[in-house]
Amino acid sequence: MKKMLAQALTGSSKKTSHTSREEREFGNKVHVHKKHLDKKHSNEEIKALATLIRKEIILMLLEAESGHSAGPLGMADVFAALYFSVLKHNPLKPNWEERDRVILSNGHICPVLYATLAECGYFSKTELRTLRKLGSRLQGHPHFQATNDYKNQKKHAIKHPSNIPGLENTSGPLGQGLSQAIGIATALKMNQKPNYVYCFMSDGELQEGQNWEAFLYAANKRLNNLTILIDRNGIQIDGYTEQILPLESIIDKFKSFNWNVYSINGHRIETIIDTLELSKKHRLGPSVIICQTTPGKDVDFMENLPEWHGKPPDKKQAKDALDDLRSLKGRIWWE
Amino acid sequence: MTEQKFGTTRDGFGKALVELGQENVQVVVLCADLTESMRTHWFKAEFPERFLEMGVQEENMVGVATGLSLEKKIPFACSYSVFIVNNALGPTRASVCYSNANVKLIGGHAGITTGEDGATHQALEDIATMRVLPNMTVIVPADEEESRQATHAIAKHVGPCYLRIGKFKTPRLTKINEPFKIGKARIMNEGSDITVVACGNMVSIAIAAAQKLCSGLGGEKSICVEVINMHTIKPLDTQTLFKSLKKTRALITIEEHQIAGGLGSAILEAVATYDPTLLSVPAVTMGVPDTFGQSGDGNELLKHYHLDQKSLEIQIKKVVSLQRELKRQV
Repeated sequence: MKKMLAQALTGSSKKTSHTSREEREFGNKVHVHKKHLDKKHSNEEIKALATLIRKEIILMLLEAESGHSAGPLGMADVFAALYFSVLKHNPLKPNWEERDRVILSNGHICPVLYATLAECGYFSKTELRTLRKLGSRLQGHPHFQATNDYKNQKKHAIKHPSNIPGLENTSGPLGQGLSQAIGIATALKMNQKPNYVYCFMSDGELQEGQNWEAFLYAANKRLNNLTILIDRNGIQIDGYTEQILPLESIIDKFKSFNWNVYSINGHRIETIIDTLELSKKHRLGPSVIICQTTPGKDVDFMENLPEWHGKPPDKKQAKDALDDLRSLKGRIWWE
Repeated sequence: MTEQKFGTTRDGFGKALVELGQENVQVVVLCADLTESMRTHWFKAEFPERFLEMGVQEENMVGVATGLSLEKKIPFACSYSVFIVNNALGPTRASVCYSNANVKLIGGHAGITTGEDGATHQALEDIATMRVLPNMTVIVPADEEESRQATHAIAKHVGPCYLRIGKFKTPRLTKINEPFKIGKARIMNEGSDITVVACGNMVSIAIAAAQKLCSGLGGEKSICVEVINMHTIKPLDTQTLFKSLKKTRALITIEEHQIAGGLGSAILEAVATYDPTLLSVPAVTMGVPDTFGQSGDGNELLKHYHLDQKSLEIQIKKVVSLQRELKRQV
């Protein structure tokens, strides 16, 4: 594993920030694996990809020495199911007009998004090791620049890393993502585009007031091109959600807000895909899929513990975590 | 003078929105339950499909505006300044400014001239709050026509903008089709004894004071006041400012805002940062002195808070005599 880390390190030192557009596009072409080009993946393959994503999450957090572990591991299956089966997107053309939009509202689980995007081939997996480092496109919480028009800024403005391909929005402060997703969904409706907007949210995040403004609004405007996926893992930084500020019954709350509600097991690939497809067919208004997940999923010592919400594994723990993932169901997935 | 002599900045904004609606299909207007008061009802009547009634929710409004801008729309999010600036500061900072999203925030009912509604509705901190946000452009128009021009200008500008408007009736100062450029101040009155930098409703007061002092009525020695309309607080037109200061070597800033953090602060910061040799210039910053407003008629309130023409004249005389004293010492 040391060897692997060393490689990752040397790779990262060469390939840090300010990647030019050419480099990026070149990188994309190289890194889209053949297996992803023919779109149809079996559920087993997607499950395997989710495990690969988990592996990358552990490695990038180890390298970053800070960041969130539990949430990203818990959502790996949902991200894999969305990106490798349901989502209309093209890693070769990140700004493709006809793509579905994915908005991340709970920015702290960005390791799972970054790892998924890299796995899709939006950029090199080597770059994942730059997470949270100075000059990296992989900021601790995702940064998206809507315009790079800095003509109006002073010459001495300090440079910021460019956008990571495939990322659609800035997030970090909880409660701000859904409103942006609503704005995008509204614009798509105005432009009579058939694309869907998916918004990832956490359960603890539902305690923020802005979300409830947004729930009211989206239902009122009957935005049937919008589906939100809530990571119902039951934990937040200070403990369990039901002890800190109870959210239940979430289903009833959404129903009374006139949302189309599904509650599913967030680790069963087949169920996730079926529900996502089902939500597309609902034409009366926005849909919410409450994904019941296990925080820290598949890493034994992290599962279900709030203390793993906001910390990374150390070397020993990372090794144990990788062992857990590697020996999953007695199979070795990536070697 | 067949033309109407007075107007409000909100009327100028509302008229410009309708013109923009005709010019550009990407323009979308969002309003948080203040449609008529913000003068967005004219746009709503013409382009209902591009008007989004948000209800009483500012945070979500700014977030939705961000989402619209990500799909190349040009959203104008409108509410009273106290609400859109203070309630929606979180989304404004992270969703709008950090993303450099092309969102236009319109703050109405700004300043103590909002009047009878009282302190809760009189925004006196908005310039300070908005101008510290990276990527943000901050504009405070002085009259109806300038407000109309500014609205067109921010629609063309790519990036976050904050436009501060109000319902106070001011004399018409700006000529129709006089070119307006973001970040390019207007010299309203040329003078050599003192520079008065004003924004918004204070510009007409500064001009009136300048005209009176220049004529030297009442047997006093006349003072030639240079009045600068600093309609763009950020980016600040330091070129025009420094040129004038080098000429007059005396400064007063006046604004309908807290003294802390507003136009005056921006100017003093710019002097200290870019031309410290000007730090020896005697200067007074006029504004609301770290207190809240209260109910009353707009003009009465201006007098009560020493932001009327008379108070400005007194300050001008003080600073000019101080400056003459300094000259004599040298």
